[in-house]
Amino acid sequence: MEKRYWKGVEELNNDPEFVRLRDNEFFEHLPLDEALQKRADSDSSTSRRDFLKFVGFSVAAASLAACDAPVKKAIPYVVKPEEVTLGIPNHYASTYANGSDYCSILVKTREGRPIKIEGNELSKVTKGGTNARVQASVLSLYDSARLQQPMANKKRSDWATVDAAIASGLAQQSAAGKKIVLVTESIYSPSAKKAVADFSAKYPTAKHVVYDAVSYHGMIKGNEMSFGKATLPSYHFDKAEVIVSFSADFLQSWVSPIEFARQYGETRKLRNGKRTLSKHYQFESMLSLSGANADQRHKLKPSQQAAAVAALYNKVAALAGGTSVNAAATPLDKVLDTVAKELVAAKGKSVVVSASNDPNEQVLINAINHLCGNYGNTIDLDRTCNLKSSNDTAVAEWMTDMDAGNVGAVIFWNTNPAYTMGGSKALETGLSKVALKVSFADREDETASLCDYICPDHHYLESWGDAEPYKGHYSLMQPTIRPLFNTRQAAESVMKWAGATQADYYTYVQDYWRANIYPMQTGISSFEAFWNQSLRDGVFAASFVIGGASAFNGDVVAAAAALPKPASGVEVVLYEKAGLSNGADANNPWLQELPDPITKICWDNYFAVLPAFAEKMGWRQGNVIEVKANNTVVKGPVLLQPAVADETIAVAVGYGRTKAGKAGNNVGFNAYPFVSIAGGAMKYHATGANVAKTVDDDYKLAGTQTHHTMMGREIVKETSLAAWLKDPQSGNHPELLDSPYGKKKPSELDLWATESQPAFERPNHSWGLGIDLNSCIGCGACVVACNAENNVPVVGKDEIGRAREMHWIRIDRYYTSDTTKENAADKGLGKLDMYAEMEVPAADNPQVMFQPVMCQHCNHAPCETVCPVAATTHSSDGLNMMAYNRCVGTRYCANNCPYKVRRYNWFKYSDNEQFPYNMQDSLGKMVLNPDVTVRSRGVMEKCSMCVQRIQYGRLEAKKEGRRPKDGEIKTACAQGCPTNAIVFGDFNDPNSEINALFKDQRSYHLLESINTKPSVFYQTKVWNREESAAAEKHHA
Amino acid sequence: MHKESELRPPLILGDKTWHDITEDVCRPVESKANKWWWLAFSVSLAAFAWWIIAVSYTVGTGLGVWGLNKTVGWAWDITNFVWWVGIGHAGTLISAILLLFRQKWRLSINRSAEAMTIFAVICAASFIVSHMGRPWVAYWPLPLPNQFGSLWVNFNSPLVWDVFAISTYFSVSLAFWYTGLIPDFAVIRDRANTKWRKRIYTILSFGWVGTAKNWQRFEEVSLVLAGLSTPLVLSVHSVVSMDFATSVVPGWHTTIFPPYFVAGAIFSGFAMVQTLLIIVRKVLTLEDYITVYHIDMMNRIILITGSIVGVAYLTEFFIAWYSGVEYEQYAFINRATGPYWWAYWSMMTCNVITPQLFWSSKLRENIFATFIISIFVNIGMWFERFVIIVTSLHRDYLPSSWTMYSPTWVEAGIFIGSLGLFFTCFLLFARVFPVIAMSELKTIVKSSSEGAKKKASTTPKHEQHA
Repeated sequence: MEKRYWKGVEELNNDPEFVRLRDNEFFEHLPLDEALQKRADSDSSTSRRDFLKFVGFSVAAASLAACDAPVKKAIPYVVKPEEVTLGIPNHYASTYANGSDYCSILVKTREGRPIKIEGNELSKVTKGGTNARVQASVLSLYDSARLQQPMANKKRSDWATVDAAIASGLAQQSAAGKKIVLVTESIYSPSAKKAVADFSAKYPTAKHVVYDAVSYHGMIKGNEMSFGKATLPSYHFDKAEVIVSFSADFLQSWVSPIEFARQYGETRKLRNGKRTLSKHYQFESMLSLSGANADQRHKLKPSQQAAAVAALYNKVAALAGGTSVNAAATPLDKVLDTVAKELVAAKGKSVVVSASNDPNEQVLINAINHLCGNYGNTIDLDRTCNLKSSNDTAVAEWMTDMDAGNVGAVIFWNTNPAYTMGGSKALETGLSKVALKVSFADREDETASLCDYICPDHHYLESWGDAEPYKGHYSLMQPTIRPLFNTRQAAESVMKWAGATQADYYTYVQDYWRANIYPMQTGISSFEAFWNQSLRDGVFAASFVIGGASAFNGDVVAAAAALPKPASGVEVVLYEKAGLSNGADANNPWLQELPDPITKICWDNYFAVLPAFAEKMGWRQGNVIEVKANNTVVKGPVLLQPAVADETIAVAVGYGRTKAGKAGNNVGFNAYPFVSIAGGAMKYHATGANVAKTVDDDYKLAGTQTHHTMMGREIVKETSLAAWLKDPQSGNHPELLDSPYGKKKPSELDLWATESQPAFERPNHSWGLGIDLNSCIGCGACVVACNAENNVPVVGKDEIGRAREMHWIRIDRYYTSDTTKENAADKGLGKLDMYAEMEVPAADNPQVMFQPVMCQHCNHAPCETVCPVAATTHSSDGLNMMAYNRCVGTRYCANNCPYKVRRYNWFKYSDNEQFPYNMQDSLGKMVLNPDVTVRSRGVMEKCSMCVQRIQYGRLEAKKEGRRPKDGEIKTACAQGCPTNAIVFGDFNDPNSEINALFKDQRSYHLLESINTKPSVFYQTKVWNREESAAAEKHHA
Repeated sequence: MHKESELRPPLILGDKTWHDITEDVCRPVESKANKWWWLAFSVSLAAFAWWIIAVSYTVGTGLGVWGLNKTVGWAWDITNFVWWVGIGHAGTLISAILLLFRQKWRLSINRSAEAMTIFAVICAASFIVSHMGRPWVAYWPLPLPNQFGSLWVNFNSPLVWDVFAISTYFSVSLAFWYTGLIPDFAVIRDRANTKWRKRIYTILSFGWVGTAKNWQRFEEVSLVLAGLSTPLVLSVHSVVSMDFATSVVPGWHTTIFPPYFVAGAIFSGFAMVQTLLIIVRKVLTLEDYITVYHIDMMNRIILITGSIVGVAYLTEFFIAWYSGVEYEQYAFINRATGPYWWAYWSMMTCNVITPQLFWSSKLRENIFATFIISIFVNIGMWFERFVIIVTSLHRDYLPSSWTMYSPTWVEAGIFIGSLGLFFTCFLLFARVFPVIAMSELKTIVKSSSEGAKKKASTTPKHEQHA
């Protein structure tokens, strides 16, 4: 029997309705008619039009889905780390101790990435200041030239293998009685010093040689000869009324520049009722940053300095009662008379410093300071400075040992002698006799590439550590990111090889602090609490007082007798630049692109010579010359630099790296070969140089400023202290315009507004910046701080040469010219000749003025009215804003900007092989600030007054239901400034610092006569010197 | 009895009949091009190809391939833009203002001059687009409804006025030009003996049949468009000058700019018309239509406008001195004696000195001299814009930002390429469009009365009275 299945009861029952529908393909009613044909009686809502719409939509959706949109994956935290909230920055206190620079810092991290360095205001040393190198150091973390694992004989290796090989090698050399030399830069980390001590204990033949590229051995030696203390003292420039510096560029490179700049800045401020200025004399052969800031600057050739110091000593001794010494004649006799008088008059309130590495000269300097009563007042020998401890004698000894074959192993730590000894043959042959060569370099640099093993060190932002820059002043270094690569801290390597029991260096540091530093205080009873507090603050200072006067027992007569005699002929003087310093960070493109504060040249070093001297020699700028001195020949381009001493060639070290990385290789030339050893100490100048022009005579130097004088315009307003004391508005007389109503201020001649009815309102905030030209030293910290904060691209030398740098803030540097509007008539010059002559900086010794210029955030902004698409507009709190997305790139705004602060994206600077810097690789991009858009090509950009910081500060305040406090929000430039020359604030806050500053009669707006009503104002530069007759006439 | 002065020479020579005119004007359209045309066309096309390469390179790579920098944000781009816009002005002046003033001599030259206007404005517009950092959003300066919220253009910006001015100018000029072409297209259509020519000119001539109603409408539209164009002759370059005049840049911020720019535009426009027509009349054998009289007339305009421009240059200097403003004074001293002195003195020589030669009627009527001087004026007017733009920008307020500017091959390529674009268009125009407004020209042909006049002048007096 056939089986039957029913679809349902209806089939079984043969329901008539079912039978009717059974033969239909679609059992249920399909509303086809309704869909396809709108009938009057139909209740269907789908019309033919709708149907077509659906079809259209489906087709469009399908085709859109077929387009391959770029997919960017954002991976959320699976387990959210404590304290990391997306979009909220975390700050960690740490220590910048990269090389011999020291700065106590705060590291800003976002989503676990360090992206910005700020100064730590709790530090009693650097007090919140930074410099360009500190600001740029965060980029070195993301340097793709860093080694990613240990290397053994140029091959990739791992830590176990390398450790075993080195341990056995060390044991072998030690057993053979061969010396194991640990060559390091100055170490002032107590824990690292202990690790070195442990290492020396384990290997009795170990020897620690401190070798700095720029050595202060002579000073240490001089102090030993004078006071029996082989150390550097601490200086208190802030307590000095008279500052005399012989070539010491204490604002840029000498010993502890950030600290000194902050102290110096204090003495240059005229606010809060302070009506005095320090008087700063600088004697030098090249124009240094300190010299540029000096009230009086005098030139001498490098070899003439010792005689000048001796002469000054004699003059001070004559006034203050001291033994006189034999001194060679000096051309500066008259000036030194005045200096001596002022020094003695300001007893106990002066500082005399010298950059010379000649111990004998330092003895005389010490004697002057001693006679002036500075020890115990402005100089403290008890609170010793540990920042520099290079020992030139030990270095020489190591070289001799190596050559004799007595050295079995060398370990290089944070030092690169193959480069800084200028390709010395002695080093090369010496090293070839050493069996085991190890380097801790983070990259395969000049020295590391000669080594058998490279044990790459962490970047300091990945490291644990501590520092004792001054006796009793400690600071801690903590990692702010997990190590990016398979690297290991150098101190940990040393500690391990020394056989320490601790598991890691973190424990080692903690143990050291528990044993040695914790007992120095009594306030906190548990070590954990003490450690946590110190870590949070970043610093711990044992209380100290400025020490008493030390007994001076130096032999000045012998010292003077041993001084080198002034030489004749051409001399070479070496110096360190604000950016590259000794050259260790040569692969940092931010530093390479930082314009030199004085010459404004980027990406190069050069032979800077006086224009008159160049003319005598027949050189033009860009001519390549050969300089023979110190038995070496170095080729380089000529730069015409006013204010260099005659017959002197100034050249910066730190360039000419060959194994630094993509950005740093073969930039400039190596000037270290000019360093010689004289009297057991490195000498950073050379006499008797021979110079010759080469055939290749057109080297292009790229600078950001090619015109150097103010052309008689009131741009940097200046006055003298005496004039300012008489008239607080001196030098800053308002620019009045002729009008039918008589002479009026530009602001009174507004077409739209009157005093009672302003053209705009600032209902809530009115942000602004105040810049004190008197305390701005022109160092460039703000420039790099701004680069880091605002993702400013690096464009490279070629583009700088085309005047296309992207910096949002620049520091204009002006020289005075011999011809002024005032003296042109006396000189018999017509207007044309006057302008032609005013273009030429005073060749001999011009005054130098610095002026940081960023977007002035004009309230009557010329840029805003001309933009066709309203891409740049004004906010109701006084900011000139830029909407990158809206910009079509006509550049009209930049043309119409009187301050020329707008920067155009000529190319796509990110992800572009033409610009192989940090925005090109994914590692370098980790430094980018996620709060700031990376601009694309074809749009205009400029200073936003760190609007992201303002917004953040406002929101934080809003969350707490209050207004932002004064000083709570700071722009990157203001925060980075070592001298607090830049102040950010709200003009609407009656008690804000910026309001008080603005009311000061020194305040003025740049180019006031155009009436752009900027939110940025400047304060007159006040020199502590007598004004020339012409200048007085002008001010009258 | 109609009595006409015997002294008034005829506007076209050669006793042309209406049919002669038709034949002469249609000949280039209906015959094959000669080798000279092909040579000129190839050169122009090659230059245009360079334009395409240079513009593509710029758009693809970024404006960094030009020589501009942080201080000099405009240079050859806007120089060329203003130069091309200025050149266009002669066409509008000839066809609009001379029409309103009933200057019949314009009829021989207005068609080419208007064509020149159209092509020059196209070249000018190409510089507006290519000088933008993001040319793909070049439509943003237009006040279009958009989805960016209430985002509108900035009506304060002279660049927006520029967009209006140039687009109005282009559309009115195009309409005017095309209206004039319609009866002439109809002539070619009616004469056409090939299928495609017939079809194309049928479409182009919009069904023109030459009825009285057609002509009446034609006259009315021409008059209306002439009325619209007349203010444009003055306003377009005034607006262009405001790009500079409304800024704060010393050397740009000058109230004299609008009239000075308009005079300069007409000056350069007529010079370009001279350059082109002296070649065209020769190549297309139109000497009878474009006569020495025309050349003389245009030279007079060049002389007048050149003198106005010269006075403007001197006025600028006077005002700079009289203002007592440091920045203004320096800007002008720098123009004449600064690093770009050679550009300034090229401008002065070409624009102020050379046109003064036209005081001599011999030179005015000398075709070769006219050609040379017209080239000088073209060069001088290019330098005028270069001087205004580059020497004002390169040294403005803060000496720290002073720089120099020098062009790259890309900018040179775009400029020469724009000449290529212009001449490509013009040569095509000369081949396919009637280069003389023949239908209108026929209205001034008085072959019978001229014949009678001639006859009268050759017949002895006593016979006349007989």
